Amino acid sequence: MIPVLLIAIPLLSGLAGFFIKNGNTAKNWSLFMSLVTLAVSVFGLTVNKSAASLHFQAEWLPSLGSKFSVALDGMSQILSLLTAISFPIIFIATYNNQYKNARNFYALMLLSQAGLMGVFVSVDALLFYFFWELALVPVYFLSSLWGGEKRIQATFKFFIYTFVGSLLMLVGIIYLYLHTKHQSFSLADFYNLKTTIPAQDQGWLFWLFFIAFAIKMPIFPFHTWQPDTYEQSPTAVTMVLSGIMVKMGLFGLIRWLAPILPEGTWVWGDTASALCIIGMIYASLIAMQQDDLKRLVAYSSIAHIGLMCLAVFATTQIGLQGVMIQMFNHGINIIALWIVVDLIEKQLGTRKISELGGLAQKAPTLAILLVIVSLANIALPLTNAFVGEFLMFSGIYTSAATKYNVVFTVTAGISIILSAVYMLNMIQKVFFGNTNALTEKAKDIRWNEKIILAAIVIMIVVVGVYPQPMFELTKTTVENILAKMSYKF
Amino acid sequence: MMFSGAFSKSKNAVRYLAIAGAVLLLGGNILDMYMSSQGIHIFNIDTRRMLVFETFGLLFNSIAFASTLLYFLLSSKDIENVGANSGEYFALIFFVLCGVSLITSYNNLLMLFIGIEILSIPLYILTGSSKRNLKSNEASLKYFLMGAFSTGIMLLGIAFLYGASRTGSFFIDDIGIGRMPATPLFIVGLLLLIVSLSFKVSAAPFHFWTPDVYDGAPTVFTSFMATVVKGAAFIAFIRLFADSFIDAQPQWQLIIAIITAATLFIGNITAVFQQSVKRMLAYSSIAQVGFMLFAILSLKQMAQEGIILYTAAYSLATIGIFAILIKMKDPTFEGFNGLAKHQPVLAAVNTICLLSLAGIPLTAGFFAKYYMLAAALQTGKFLWLVIFAVLCAAVSVYYYFRVIQAMYFKDGEPQEIEASSSFKIVLIIVAILIVLLGIFPQWLINKLDILYL
Repeated sequence: MIPVLLIAIPLLSGLAGFFIKNGNTAKNWSLFMSLVTLAVSVFGLTVNKSAASLHFQAEWLPSLGSKFSVALDGMSQILSLLTAISFPIIFIATYNNQYKNARNFYALMLLSQAGLMGVFVSVDALLFYFFWELALVPVYFLSSLWGGEKRIQATFKFFIYTFVGSLLMLVGIIYLYLHTKHQSFSLADFYNLKTTIPAQDQGWLFWLFFIAFAIKMPIFPFHTWQPDTYEQSPTAVTMVLSGIMVKMGLFGLIRWLAPILPEGTWVWGDTASALCIIGMIYASLIAMQQDDLKRLVAYSSIAHIGLMCLAVFATTQIGLQGVMIQMFNHGINIIALWIVVDLIEKQLGTRKISELGGLAQKAPTLAILLVIVSLANIALPLTNAFVGEFLMFSGIYTSAATKYNVVFTVTAGISIILSAVYMLNMIQKVFFGNTNALTEKAKDIRWNEKIILAAIVIMIVVVGVYPQPMFELTKTTVENILAKMSYKF
Repeated sequence: MMFSGAFSKSKNAVRYLAIAGAVLLLGGNILDMYMSSQGIHIFNIDTRRMLVFETFGLLFNSIAFASTLLYFLLSSKDIENVGANSGEYFALIFFVLCGVSLITSYNNLLMLFIGIEILSIPLYILTGSSKRNLKSNEASLKYFLMGAFSTGIMLLGIAFLYGASRTGSFFIDDIGIGRMPATPLFIVGLLLLIVSLSFKVSAAPFHFWTPDVYDGAPTVFTSFMATVVKGAAFIAFIRLFADSFIDAQPQWQLIIAIITAATLFIGNITAVFQQSVKRMLAYSSIAQVGFMLFAILSLKQMAQEGIILYTAAYSLATIGIFAILIKMKDPTFEGFNGLAKHQPVLAAVNTICLLSLAGIPLTAGFFAKYYMLAAALQTGKFLWLVIFAVLCAAVSVYYYFRVIQAMYFKDGEPQEIEASSSFKIVLIIVAILIVLLGIFPQWLINKLDILYL
């Protein structure tokens, strides 16, 4: 029942949220309900681990062979936990923001949470597609209604991009569905397909799915929607987009593409990896040139996601475990970065790096917390991202799926060095140096922001020092996936 | 119905009579459908095999009648505003419904012809019913000339087929390969029928009348034409091909595929450039036809189920949008600016309808499109067409979302829109139906399974 609750709580409370008259009540209501969701998620992770409670199945469309079936395994546990943690963090961190029509804002936020949860727990292709789209629609409205000046064009581009991807994926899903033995959408039946679908069909099917996921992640050259959308969306939505939604793409890749079409993945893996590499270097170089804090974080996100995607195609046990751990870590870290960006923008009314300076003197707590988060973002030891990135690099280096291990490892390493360059450069310019007229007036952060950032820093360090529970959680999931992918090599 | 206008001075009485008539029709039809599934017919009329009443046709009838009922509930006041003779308009609409029932149950090409004529002639009148409006007159004339032309082609096609059949028969059971030789005569007849039916459903390249007629006709009647009438023409199309020409599939499948691609392309691309929502909807209706043509392309069981769902989804959404459009003073995209602020209910329902047309999950339109794509993929031959259709569907998002953008993200002058609470309630029912069909399409589809048991 737990996966059902994870979807139902945000869905129902979101729908109810539309009818709350008072904006502040709606805010508290959403915060409370997101905490309930978090509690359920933690309960499923720690206390109640029985298989029966992590699976649920009900008839939905018997004539089509589609069931409402949801389940939690290691990977979906991690991602649903990320989703469950992120929303309260976002709500608390942006607690002081005032929105027009606040009840609609919070209701749509909860609906998007429901969609995301659904994506991560569904084990039926049609249901997965449903939630995949459902997560998108509320986000589109959120960004378009509460975003920046150029929000309409930016989010429209985003919507059309992702919609094209989803439709291509739909064609792929229907094709696979028609080839299953008893015309069913269940994941297990899809996994049995790999022997029946010939190699050349796997090739183009791979691209139908991969384009959908690549747009979501985003992978070069499908990334052009991303910086604009991140920049124009309200920060709370940007956090959802970059913290959780991009993980949908990686998740889809690991669950719905690689094990179903192992031969297609194997044939095209190097091409896709090359795209990841190009994107990583390209995004890092652009990030170094950015003056706008939001765009800088956006491009740095492209680079990090590229590394994770690369590690997926490496198909190794440690690499994949690294990806899963890193998906969680990246979500937490980037949300923290957005919180800081939002704080600076709210206080000083600008996001331009060139107009800031010397903030550390005025806001010491903020500076300390930001430095830790940034160090985590460049994966220094003792931070959470180090664990993930170290595993991914060893995975890529030892991979048997590609002949270009060394090239991939080295270029990916370069992009990490570049990320250190732009992150440290940003810290230096924004927080150190002399104050100017604008930053003279800056104040330190408020208690709710302090608590949230401190909590994130604690998570960063704890996962960085003691990642063992996450290893255990993902171990069997990865083993299962690799068993399905062991096609050749 | 026609005479009710003469007898009754009060417009209200006519309106209530029309609604009651639609309810009766719907009730009778559903009753017949349930009874016939158990082998009993209540209305047992000997039609000498000219007409057959089977579940497929009856199910479509119920969709058509239900749509009409909703349409009356939403727009009957606006029908009265078109001109002085409201009784006649209602009567003409009932004539059209009569044509619809003939079309869904024909078993003989002559009945098909008669059905299409009964359907078309009242429409010519309705299109021109706004007598003082030049555009309406032009549209009516254009529609009439083009319609007459296509009817002629259809008659010619029927004649060829008659000549090609061994025994000289109009019955659709006697036509088709295997039952008659694939002579050039047969092929020509088949082609002529494809052309004339493509015209009726406004598939490219026979679509040129559609935008002008839809734009020129009073908006209330456009709504009716774009839903019930178009659906009926489609049912005629698919029944003819499923029953008669299925064995000749290799001969015509490529032609239909090309027509489908052209329709999708022209409908979607042209709709992008429209300034008026009404004209945009006309082109979007052409684009939707492109999707429906997949059913004819494939003719599998999934296609038959899909077309029923598609017509239901499409009719619901289109009736909803048009009902709102009628209330708007300014039918351009700018006219919708800021509607969400002043009329949140209308804007929300309109959004659901547009999402349904665009095929977003949780709305009926998603499953409609899903069935069509699945049916086409089932043939195993037209992957390129499916991918093309999917890209076109992405284009369609562009123009549907322009309306949503205008309503929600742009500010506009508050307009005086008379929207009574009953109007709003019916609109909400439409929206709920769309969402319900989007989650549980099988309650409509399962009815069809009776056909195949």
